[in-house]
This record gives sequence, structure tokens and C-alpha cells, in this order.
Amino acid sequence: MSKATAAARADTGAVTANDAFVAFERVQKSYDGETLVVKDLNLAIARGEFLTLLGPSGSGKTTSLMMLAGFETATSGEIRLAGRPINAVPPHRRGIGMVFQNYALFPHMTVGENLAFPLQVRGLGKVEREAKIMRALDMVQMGRFANRRPAQLSGGQQQRIALARALVFDPDLVLMDEPLGALDKQLREHMQYEIKQLHERIGITVVYVTHDQGEALTMSDRVAVFNDGRIQQLAPPAELYERPGNSFVAQFIGENNTLAGTIEQLQGDRALVRLGNGELIDATAVDIREVGQVTTVSIRPERVEFKPEMMPPGAHRIAAEVLEVIYMGDVLRTRMKVAGASDFVLKCRNTLGQRKLTPGETIEIGWHPEDARALDPV
Amino acid sequence: MADTSANGVSFAPAPAHRTGLVTADGRPLRSALARSSRRARRRAFFLVLPLLLFVLITFVVPIGQMLQRSVKNEGFSANMPQLSAWFHDNPRGTEPDDAAWAALAADLTAAAQARTIGVVGTRINYDMPGTRSLFTSAGRQARGGIEPPYREAILEMDARWGNPRLWSVMREAASPYTANFYLAAVDRTRDDQGDIVSAPAQQQIYGKLFLRTFWLSLAITATTFLLGFPVAHLLATLPMRQSNLLMILVLLPFWTSLLVRTTAWIVLLQQQGVVNDVLVWLGVIGNNQRLQMIFNQTGTIIAMTHILLPFMILPLYSVMRTINPSYVRAARSLGATSWTAFRRIYFPQTLPGLGAGALLVFILAVGYYITPALVGGSSGQLISNMIAMHMTQTLNWSMAAALAALLLGGVLILYWVYDRLVGIDNLKLG
Repeated sequence: MSKATAAARADTGAVTANDAFVAFERVQKSYDGETLVVKDLNLAIARGEFLTLLGPSGSGKTTSLMMLAGFETATSGEIRLAGRPINAVPPHRRGIGMVFQNYALFPHMTVGENLAFPLQVRGLGKVEREAKIMRALDMVQMGRFANRRPAQLSGGQQQRIALARALVFDPDLVLMDEPLGALDKQLREHMQYEIKQLHERIGITVVYVTHDQGEALTMSDRVAVFNDGRIQQLAPPAELYERPGNSFVAQFIGENNTLAGTIEQLQGDRALVRLGNGELIDATAVDIREVGQVTTVSIRPERVEFKPEMMPPGAHRIAAEVLEVIYMGDVLRTRMKVAGASDFVLKCRNTLGQRKLTPGETIEIGWHPEDARALDPV
Repeated sequence: MADTSANGVSFAPAPAHRTGLVTADGRPLRSALARSSRRARRRAFFLVLPLLLFVLITFVVPIGQMLQRSVKNEGFSANMPQLSAWFHDNPRGTEPDDAAWAALAADLTAAAQARTIGVVGTRINYDMPGTRSLFTSAGRQARGGIEPPYREAILEMDARWGNPRLWSVMREAASPYTANFYLAAVDRTRDDQGDIVSAPAQQQIYGKLFLRTFWLSLAITATTFLLGFPVAHLLATLPMRQSNLLMILVLLPFWTSLLVRTTAWIVLLQQQGVVNDVLVWLGVIGNNQRLQMIFNQTGTIIAMTHILLPFMILPLYSVMRTINPSYVRAARSLGATSWTAFRRIYFPQTLPGLGAGALLVFILAVGYYITPALVGGSSGQLISNMIAMHMTQTLNWSMAAALAALLLGGVLILYWVYDRLVGIDNLKLG
């Protein structure tokens, strides 16, 4: 486990592998016996937590989810559910609800039959089944649709039914594999909200896989950022965004300005960085071990100011040449050349009386040294 | 806008030139659209016209004629006009009077001179076996004319002319249209009074043959399903490379001649063949217990299953390929064992392919000819072999047509039953 992950866990305090509801311990997975898709996964999930596995495709997040669901076997390591090792338990006896990317509603059954299926295979009586089905459908406001076929429902409605089916047999743990990927933007945002509400209301544990960072940030209690088969950082959304543990996380979550340089001085968590054009800036050292190390300084666009009078005392000021102004409605996205890097972006809110920048103009910008984070080189 | 008012649903009661949309050159948009879609339809029709004509000329017309033969045979009525007229004027049950015998004598003489007496005899022989010689020999004697009194003269030629059953059969044949071939095809015949009765037991062959054809076809459909289902599943789930290879193996039989494949089975399955040799060599059976696996029903089932297997696999495969594996995963995550997931989730979704494959195999099997002819022996013959026999050996085309029409009817009924049970729009061939 990386230093960043350990730090994140210390911050949130909560979960250790022993009292965790779901625990991955030293789990590895290889499909071909040569390359590891999941390398040394250690993850502890508390009961009632909403945890998101976030990462680009091929990062191992879906494989990890499938190992938890029982559709893939771990090459080595142990997966525990409620303290019980489940490596050898077949999927149908794990009692884990799952929502699939394409919903996987059985097309030859009505909505009611779809929901009855998990109850039938558990041998529940008809009366009990009906009651549970109605309760689950009401939970997702689909009570009137029990007799429809999945093909007669819209994408959002199918999504709700898939959710209801995963919940109808009262599992303690629900896995969701990019469940909103097929919906349009507005519906997706609405469903994010509903899933979050549902999670809070019934208090189940949710493990959610997505490659959409916005989704991960808005819904999760904690987010595990995956890359290259490893968890890069495991932290609550705010911490992930504001204090990324390494360059990958900084780049992957939100928009990010990077300036390459070398460490000139190191004092506690303060570092002086010599940029490519010779300029010296002050930054917070995050993933830095020694002086002389090559580094990437990361600064969020919205933390950069271009009105000197608005800048806080102690701000670092630097000259910037405006290259391009892109109108995006709520903000004006301004691309600038800063210290030799020509992809430095700054976002101006589109408010009345905002000063208009024109390409070619040279202005002075600034940021608080706290917001510049010296990370590992990209 | 004449068509608008004609169909009576015009939503714009005012004249089109005032309220309707118009094209750039001022014509009503609606009629312009209708015209362009008419033109597109006409073009499409001309494109399919050659195929339509081809099918019509080479398929629909000949089959129609063939089916007509099953109910129409003019062998008697055209060549024996006077006697046919007498039958027409006198109701059934009338004893043949002098006029009848006179008509018979005149017709026999005319037919003998026109050398069509054989045709007449053949026609009567269909309904009353053994009577052809009666006509041909009468023809030989009547060539010079028959002297009255006709009744006595004809009866003197052959006493069988007085047989009331012969007269009953001739009355049937006097009309060019007859259902007798269909009656014969279902092992029925008419007695002296013209009533429908069962054929004599030793002549009842078609019913059994139809039954055997349907049972063998069902058995072949079942074995192709049992053998083909796992293969189709493998095809649909294996990685591309292996599945392509497997697909080639499935299609390989299509690349060799049907005759070669069938005779290959003879080589394999005959009593001195490879399979028996291996079994004897392994000691499974003794040298004097060699299995009879060919020239009987077993041979027909084995060879036809092999030949028809791709027709089951391909529709199944095309349907299975579209079944997302996440359905089974979802079922398993919901608590189903793999067997339950297969039975309740996977299998029902393959039904459209299974239905298409089964229907295809069954219909092909019901009408199969070459393979049962080669490897069926006597117990593995199907109805199509009987149809072929009537076409090429007995030359009773009307009978062949009647049998073929019954086969067609049977298949259509099955098709209808399938439609009622499963729904024809659920069929998926690819």
C-alpha cells in the first residue's frame, strides 16, 4: 500500500482489514499467467459505505469487482466478506446484488418476473415474493410497471428495474458496474442522485465502478483511484481532488495545470522548484524525497487568479501570455503560456463586468503556494 | 389533391393550394411526395422483376401443374367420350343398358384405332389393379370394329367386362377430376357402390410411410438439436480464432458433394466397414455379431443427422451470439445455480434459433430423397422415395403429385402449429 493510501486511511480513520465488511488482502489477478491485471490489491470497505473504484479502462477496477462478485477467481490473495473468506464460494451463494452496465434484465420475462427470479431461486413463497417485489418497485418509483417487458421501458426505467432487482432479495452488499454509462447526461445526473438517496435510506454497502470522475466525486464516501492494476489513492472525494497523492491522480481527477521542474530546496513540506525557464516557484511537496529530483507541479485552474488585486498575500506571481479564450457558457476557459508551458489553463467565471482577455496580451497571474503541489514527474 | 379527398381522412378541408405546403416550383408538396415514393416503389419492383419471373416460370407454374395432376387425369374421359357422356347422363346405380354397351364398343374401337387404349387402361389400372391387360387385349380385338349385339360381343371377349366394380371405376374415371389419388395416398379406395373404404391390408403402405417419415424426421431433428446445441454454444463463446476454425469444421460438409458424404457413411457403417472393424478389433462385439448400421433406419438417421446438422447449428449460433453473457452472470449473482441460470435464462433466449433450426431441419428431412435412397435400405425409405418411384418407375404422376401435396400440407400444418405455439416472428435464421 502506497504512502498516500495509508495517509488517506489515517485521515478518514475508519476501516482496517480486520473489522472491514469487505476486505481484499494482497489480491492479484492474471489472465494469461504472465501479466498481472491486478497487482497487490489491499482494500477494506466498511459496512454501509459507498465506495467507488475509479480508473481508466484496463486499470483493473472491473476485474476487482468481478473477483468480488465471484465471476473471476483471484490468482492469489484473499477476499473476505463479513469476515468470511469467499474465494471458493460460487457467485450464487455469495448473496451479493449486482447491477450491470447493460442492465442485464432478462428480456423474456416481465419486470415482475425479473424481480421474482432471485426470490424464486431462494424458495420464497408467492405471498412473500409479491410483497417484496412491490416494496422494491416502490423503492425506485416503478410500482406500476410490474407487467411490462424490459424492451417496453426507457433506459432510465430499465436502470431503475435493474437496481430494484439487485435490491429485492435484501443483500447487504450491492455491486454496480458502470450502471449509468448508457444514459444521457441529464438522466445520468438524476440517477446518480437517486442511487445516492437510496443508499442513504436503506444503508446498504455499495461498491461502484466507473470511469467517470464526476460520478465518483458526487456519489462516493470514498474513491479508490485505479491505474495499472494498483490503487493510486484511496480517499474521500474532497481530499482526492484537493490533495492528489501523485501526478496520475492529479491528472485523472478534474482539470490540472502542470509545470515541469526540479527540486531546488526542500524544507518540511515546502519545496522550491526551479522551472524549465529558470523561474523559481514555491510549492507543497507531496511525493518528493530529495533535492535535485525531477518533479511536476500541479495547480488546479480554478485556484489561479489573474487579477492581482484579488490575490491573497503571499501569492506567487508569474507572467503569462494569453493564447486562446474559449467560451464555455458559465466560464471562459483561457489557455496561456506560462513558464514555457503553453497548455496552462485558467478559468474565469462569466460574470458581468469581468475583464475581457484577448489573445496575445501578457498579464500577471498568481496562485497561493499551498495550491501548487510538487508531485512525481509525469 | 384528388387522392386526399378520396381516402376521406383529409385533415385540411380547404383546397391544397391555399393551405397545404407547396414545393419550390409550386406543386402541392403532398402529391409531389406521393409521386416520388411511387417512383421509388416502381424502381424497386423492376429490380426484383427478373427474380419474380424466374420463380414464377421455374417454380410456381410447374408446381401448380403438378398439384393439378393430383386431382385431374383425363386418361379415360378424353379417350372414351361416348361412355363418359353416358355416365354423365345416367346416375350412379343405373345398370349398364344397351346404350352403355354401344358407347363402350364405339369408344373401344375408336381408342384402339387411335392407339390410345393403353392410356385408358393405365388410368383404370390405377384404381383397379390388373385391368390394364383387359383394355389392351380388347383394343387388339376391337381394332376392326365390334358387331352388335355389343353386350354379348364384349362379354365374349372377356367376362370381366361385366364386373360391376369395373363399371364403378370407369364411372369415377369418366370425370377428369377425381379425389381417388388422394384416397389412395391415405390408403383408402372406393367399393362397387363408390363409397370410401379402407384399402386391403396388404396394399396399405402410404400411411405407414408417412408416419415413418414424420417419426424419422422428428428423431433427426432431435439428434441434430442434441449434437448441435453444445457446438453452437462453443461457437458463440469461444475466442474469435478458435471459433472461426470451428466454424470452418461445421461448414466443411457443405463443401463436399452430398453423394460423397453419403457414400462415405456407407464405407464407415457397412458390416465390413470401418466402425464394425474397430469394434471387433476392440473386442466389443464378436466377428459374427457385426452390427447392421446401414441400409436401415439407423443408417438413415445417422447420415441425415450429419448432413442436416449445420442447418441446426447456424441459426442457433446466430441467436446465441447475440445473447449477452451478462444475463447468465446476472442470474448467478441473483442466486441461481449454473443449471438454473441455463434452464431459466439462457435456454429460453435461444428458442428463436432453436425453433428456426428445428423447423428447417424437419422440413428438409421430411422431403429428403438421396440419402434415404442410398443408405435407407427398405426400412429406411421415406415418402419422398415413394414419390420418386411413382415419378420415374410406375409413371403414375397423379399419385406422386397427391403424395407430394399431402407432404406439403403436413409441413404447412406444422408451420401453422409452430406459429401458434411459438410465433413465426420469433424465428431467427441469421
